Amino acid sequence: MSGPSTYEPKTGFTKWLDTRLPIIRLGWDSFVDFPTPRNLNYWWTFGGILAIFLMIQIVTGIVLAMHYVPHEAYAFDSVERIRRDVNFGWMIQSMHANGAAFFFVAVYLHMFRGLYYGSYKAPREVLWILGVVIYLLMMATAFMGYVLPWGQMSYWGAIVITNLIGALPFVGDAIREWLWGGFSVGQATLNRFFSLHYLLPFVIAGVVGLHIWALHVPGNGNPVGLDVRGGDDGKKDTLPFHPYYTVKDGFAILVYLMVFCVFVFFLPTVLGHADNFIEANPLSTPAHIVPEWYFLPFYAILRAITFDIGPIDAKLGGVLLMFGAIAILFVLPWLDTSKVRSMRYRPLTRWFFIFFVLACFGLGWCGAKNPDDYVLGIEGFKFLYFGQFLTLYYFAYFLVVLPVMGIVEKPKERPASIEAAVLGNNTNAQPAE
Amino acid sequence: MKMTRLIAAGLAALGLSAAAGAAPGDYKAPKHHHWHHSGPFGTYDRAAVQRGYQIYVEVCASCHSMDLLSFRNLGERGGPFEDERFPNANDNPLVMQLAASYTRQWNGEVDDAGDPRIRPGIPADTFPAPYENEQIARGSNNGALPPDLSVMTRARHHGTDYVRSLMLGYTDAPEGVEMGAGQYYNEYFGPISMAPQLVDGLIEYADGTEATKEQMAEDIAVFLTWAADPHMDVRKQTGLMVLLFLFVLTILVYLAYRQIWANVKH
Repeated sequence: MSGPSTYEPKTGFTKWLDTRLPIIRLGWDSFVDFPTPRNLNYWWTFGGILAIFLMIQIVTGIVLAMHYVPHEAYAFDSVERIRRDVNFGWMIQSMHANGAAFFFVAVYLHMFRGLYYGSYKAPREVLWILGVVIYLLMMATAFMGYVLPWGQMSYWGAIVITNLIGALPFVGDAIREWLWGGFSVGQATLNRFFSLHYLLPFVIAGVVGLHIWALHVPGNGNPVGLDVRGGDDGKKDTLPFHPYYTVKDGFAILVYLMVFCVFVFFLPTVLGHADNFIEANPLSTPAHIVPEWYFLPFYAILRAITFDIGPIDAKLGGVLLMFGAIAILFVLPWLDTSKVRSMRYRPLTRWFFIFFVLACFGLGWCGAKNPDDYVLGIEGFKFLYFGQFLTLYYFAYFLVVLPVMGIVEKPKERPASIEAAVLGNNTNAQPAE
Repeated sequence: MKMTRLIAAGLAALGLSAAAGAAPGDYKAPKHHHWHHSGPFGTYDRAAVQRGYQIYVEVCASCHSMDLLSFRNLGERGGPFEDERFPNANDNPLVMQLAASYTRQWNGEVDDAGDPRIRPGIPADTFPAPYENEQIARGSNNGALPPDLSVMTRARHHGTDYVRSLMLGYTDAPEGVEMGAGQYYNEYFGPISMAPQLVDGLIEYADGTEATKEQMAEDIAVFLTWAADPHMDVRKQTGLMVLLFLFVLTILVYLAYRQIWANVKH
């Protein structure tokens, strides 16, 4: 969708620069004049929100790193010192910890948006895959960041997660020791997690650059899932990114920031776990080790496999399935056989999608609960069984529903163009202002 | 603010419902109590924090450390002995006097001859710990370790309610509960190594308040909440200003959005 550049340098300096490093032109073409479908709804604002939160995390994180001490004996106290004695440390620390949660809320909404509107389909497969790479990097970064305060959940969470690697046959033990830098989670682990936690956000920023590049080749998808038409008709389907979408994204970002600030200033620890205010103690295991909420669905999938499958024991099976739950997203563009992008025009698949979202929430619920407890107190209906059922649905959605529905489902009639969708089926529509 | 509570409750239910069950064992959940510092506008009850400090010094401190607290914290903004005339808490005479009431070796300091240096405390010193190390602490408490209280109310769910409930929760052990040597039964904890501490009139409050069990339990809970979150007052004030600013800005951006999109079908 990136057409010929409309940037015209006006001053002597910008003309000089434009022939040497056309960086202003790049910014102009990408964020000012970029033709954007005129029918984007608020689900499309989370990309901008995510960019803001990546910046918040990096800026607050750099300040925190100036005061944090990555040492077994001092890490916990150094975080408390930040909260107590560093100027505005209580605010910076709260923004960073709650920022991670809000980053994940936004990324999940962004991903569900992509799933609903078929944003992963041709010609946007690489864009989608880069997004999944960012998501994986976010998970690694968040996990290692959670270890740094060196509370009980930090420490025992690190043990549980790194032990998953140990379930791999033959090489598991060796890889785990290599990750730990020793024979248990300890000083070496903490120090390297700190180093990597500082590195990965910049890797994320780099992949975000690629993600935006890959976005700007085909341009944005849109709620009706139709391509922007070529030639002059394309102008009727689109609006320039600025001011239309800068102001719309800006409004959405501010609303999201307000909710964020409610947590930062009034509920700073409500998303955390009380046990993480107890310093890590290798001799005392917490009663329940639970990951942060944004990992709970995967935790439920991990625990859903309680039986051996042939040569694969239950633990390895759970680990494979958990990683498989993310890996499957990489091949999603080729699993969905439907040519129709938007679920608006897929009457049956739409329902399967809605149940898929519910299943993800349900898995999160299962991940938070003791697998042997009963769902809603219903005798015999263990969270384990519920989690197993939802795990089955999670995979069936990708492996059965999407491949089959694309063939058997008869999509609803779609409008002729984005312009027609916006203006009703009036072919003599007004041109865009 | 109702909305924020709803959101908080929703998010909490979404991800952290497990946390509620994570207390050691399955004993009674802490009793809910209304605090002066509850809610988005709540501030610490300064007199209660002062009384709580008195209880800490006279009762709790004989077993429990508070390593993360310094005397200067008592005089800092939001602290119980804050005094506008002394923006630097290290100059606050009351704080200096509280610190100087302890004469001991601080932080393993030694003099030029290598002998322990004994001196009165200064506001920069941390609250003195009752035991030199964990082994001595356990040796004096039937093998149990009295935990550090610096962040106690954050390290327990509904920490303020929890501390108050725990202080008042001693009962006879129900039948069938196995009690270790020197243990007591507490409804909110189970068998606990800490003896019941509060009896009516245990201490004489400096401000003349009647020292009932309930009063003391409340005061110590408020003091520990302040200790775990000393910047709460400033945090809430800042938050209100930030939200007010964001709200006005959001309205302006929304109006700009309406105007820019006014003649565009979408």
